[in-house]
Amino acid sequence: MTADERSRLIAALLGPGRRELTCERCFELLDRYVDVELSGGDPDAAVPGMRAHLEGCPACLDDYRSLAAFVTSGEAGEPPEPAA
Amino acid sequence: MTEPVAGLRSTACEPAAAAPPSGALDADSRRWLDELALEGHARDDAVLRLHELLLRAARHEVSRRRRMLPHLRGDDHDDLAQQAADDALVAVLAKLAEFRGDSRFTTWAYKFALYEAAVKLRRRAWQDRELPLRPDAWPTFASPALSPDEHLAESELLSALRAAIGEQLSAHQREVLVAVTLNGIPIDVLAERLNTTRGALYKTLHDARKKLRRVLAAQGFDLAHGTRENA
Repeated sequence: MTADERSRLIAALLGPGRRELTCERCFELLDRYVDVELSGGDPDAAVPGMRAHLEGCPACLDDYRSLAAFVTSGEAGEPPEPAA
Repeated sequence: MTEPVAGLRSTACEPAAAAPPSGALDADSRRWLDELALEGHARDDAVLRLHELLLRAARHEVSRRRRMLPHLRGDDHDDLAQQAADDALVAVLAKLAEFRGDSRFTTWAYKFALYEAAVKLRRRAWQDRELPLRPDAWPTFASPALSPDEHLAESELLSALRAAIGEQLSAHQREVLVAVTLNGIPIDVLAERLNTTRGALYKTLHDARKKLRRVLAAQGFDLAHGTRENA
């Protein structure tokens, strides 16, 4: 195991360690977070606790990436970049 | 049909206060709300256009995640997208009164379609697969060997973390932590198998992490820097 892999593993196991939203609140506020971010604003100021939750919850991070990807390009009819 | 986004429900974690709404509705969002508030054929037309919007988002998501389900045919992909759009339409119409104009209406609506598509795809990808949940299936990471090239403090931390997972967590906390963070099982897939919700499982994960942090801090680890005070 490399040092990077160990660091990622420790981060995943311990989570963000900061105040974070619940999954439910994350979903409720995700559209705002993405719109603020894509319009050049400060999404972390607009939605406190979102960034920490996205760092700790792989499923919500996945949802965030999906929404950001679609609003960025899919809405305009561009083909999707394959998900990792 | 699943209850839309019900799987997220929980009272987990430590809710952070959201900032107030961003302001007045933009013209396009206002138009959507006005048209969906009409009656008769005018409303039917608006609902039809909303479904088309949701279907476009669901198809995009299914296409984006096509690699998850390489064995599915094109018709299967479109069936999944249609189901996701149908479920998302139900959710959007049911929650219309909750839309506060904090984002564009379309961004708000898209998230339901993308969520429904993603959940369906993840569940389909994991159906008929055994989830590695047995206690002897964890932890999958190797014991950290120390070498001059490695960071000693981090290796110590990982060793302590490994011990704490085994000794301090409840069986359920350990199962959820290992499944989600080490074995990469999607939390909504795990929630379905365990007959619970994604939000409830995340609460378990959050509590487990909190306990691990507390235990490690008591052992002198500075988790912000990966160091140990008395090392």
